[in-house]
Amino acid sequence: MAALMVNSAADAQTAPLRVVSMNLCTDQLAMMLADKGQLISVSDIATDPNMSPMAEAARAYPINHGQAEEIFLMRPDLVVAGRYSDPVVLDMLRRLGIATAQIDIVSNLDQVSDRIREMGEILHQTARAGELADAFEADLARLRAAPTGPRAAFYYPNSYSLGTGTLSHEIITIAGFRHIAEEMGRSRSGRLDLELLTLAQPDLLIHAELYSGNSRSEEVMSHPALANLGAMRTQSNADWVCGTPVVLRAIQDLRALRARMEG
Amino acid sequence: MSGVSQKLLFTGLGLMVGLLTLASLLIGPAGFSIADSLAALFGGTGDAVSLVMQEIRLPRALLAIMVGISLGLSGAALQGYLRNPLAEPGLIGVSSSAAFGAVVTLQTGLAAQMMFALPFFGLFGAGVAVVLLLLLAGPRGGSLTLILAGIAISALAAALTSLVLNLSPNPFATSEIVFWMLGSLADRSFSHITIALPFMVLGWILILSTSRGLDALILGEDAAASLGINLTRLRWVLVLGVAACTGAATSVVGAIGFVGLVVPHILRPFVGARPSRLLPASALGGAALVLAADIAARIILPDRDLKLGVVMAIIGAPVFLHLIYRTRRAEL
Repeated sequence: MAALMVNSAADAQTAPLRVVSMNLCTDQLAMMLADKGQLISVSDIATDPNMSPMAEAARAYPINHGQAEEIFLMRPDLVVAGRYSDPVVLDMLRRLGIATAQIDIVSNLDQVSDRIREMGEILHQTARAGELADAFEADLARLRAAPTGPRAAFYYPNSYSLGTGTLSHEIITIAGFRHIAEEMGRSRSGRLDLELLTLAQPDLLIHAELYSGNSRSEEVMSHPALANLGAMRTQSNADWVCGTPVVLRAIQDLRALRARMEG
Repeated sequence: MSGVSQKLLFTGLGLMVGLLTLASLLIGPAGFSIADSLAALFGGTGDAVSLVMQEIRLPRALLAIMVGISLGLSGAALQGYLRNPLAEPGLIGVSSSAAFGAVVTLQTGLAAQMMFALPFFGLFGAGVAVVLLLLLAGPRGGSLTLILAGIAISALAAALTSLVLNLSPNPFATSEIVFWMLGSLADRSFSHITIALPFMVLGWILILSTSRGLDALILGEDAAASLGINLTRLRWVLVLGVAACTGAATSVVGAIGFVGLVVPHILRPFVGARPSRLLPASALGGAALVLAADIAARIILPDRDLKLGVVMAIIGAPVFLHLIYRTRRAEL
């Protein structure tokens, strides 16, 4: 798999001892798999409870802001980053002689155990990663439901709606909801006009949590046309963001919601 | 100009507003048949088609009309008072100041606590700008002073608006600088109409009440005063009227420029440059123009929420340049 890109000949043999993670999702995987003391820093976003399901655990680590200078000064022997982390920073770290590894984002649930095992190899924690991945697969199989339930739609600020090629689509589908993007043939995420959403008449609207302070971007989520649809509402939270075993919690919550809706 | 052609002009404008309103109601990403749309608009409750017609398209069309009337009137009134065809709320910083007032109200949470706080502070911002402009430009409103003062006020208000939005804890606020500078009617609802309408109606009444005074002013201040026009009162009524119209409009749809410039410019030859006739004509013309521009914004880039202000600037800027050219020749 091209997703795993470790660039240093040496670290195939010796386990990294000072690992810095600079991406929200690699933060979580690293915290789950690393030995005590092996992970020396996580990203600042990892401590934001709105984004990170492991915010509490992350507070035990020194944080970094994804900048080459501060990371270099932490004297890491390996930096783990996401597929889309700042290439300039990674490039600079490599030139300074620090090994880097990048992990791809997850667009379906089957890839979650792949990412766990990849992180296991990167950190030389393959046994622990294998256990976690096996447990995840077993839990996922247990939770998997036929998508025959209520019809759900994602509606985020600026009328942004998710398509079928997303992890969130998989989460609701496995929890047994039908996603309106499937009926509309929308594989890509993007702006979905309020009119079209209203006409689709979803039973469940999945929103983002509102930020403090006003924004017109968020106003659309409380438009009267949607309010009058009578759809159930729920919020997607930090559990939905990364392809880690935490998504199981999102699926469980959705299954409980579905049971209530079908009452 | 004869009464017959006046009647023809107003009938034509009214007809245009009617047809464009119908078009605005019938055009949208969800393609319903005309019969279905109209049936859902007037009857039917609760089903999805009537929700789309009654809660999305109807408020959008109504708001376009209200904003058009307000901006058309404001432009015609300012031009009549300053006797300068370049005076327009968007160009001389009145709209940007209204946007600043609105943004502060929204970001401090005042708008959520008090129903009419949003248009009120829009009015307040616009009012400060108009007073400042009249002070700077003087009663005759020389083009150069007016435009330069307008540029400065515009720039300051836009910078302060950006600052407030940048300081907002809401991560989306910064990207909304675009909305406040360019305006859009997308996804507005009846709640916006409810808060803006009282202020707009007040503004319409105030501005229309100045028509006799503005007519007299064509002859100059002294002549107007000798005709029994109270110039101080006229000025304040006009300031409040323009502030109410522009402030209320901007606080719900953002700053939309050029409406008050283009419409009076096109209609002036038809009404013989009489403010008392130009005002109502500009109201109707403004409504037609905003409706048309909003329809165009929806047709050209249906998936991208093209900002109304972009369409208006493309239409309006050439007219503005043309006017500057003509004014310059007149001054030579």
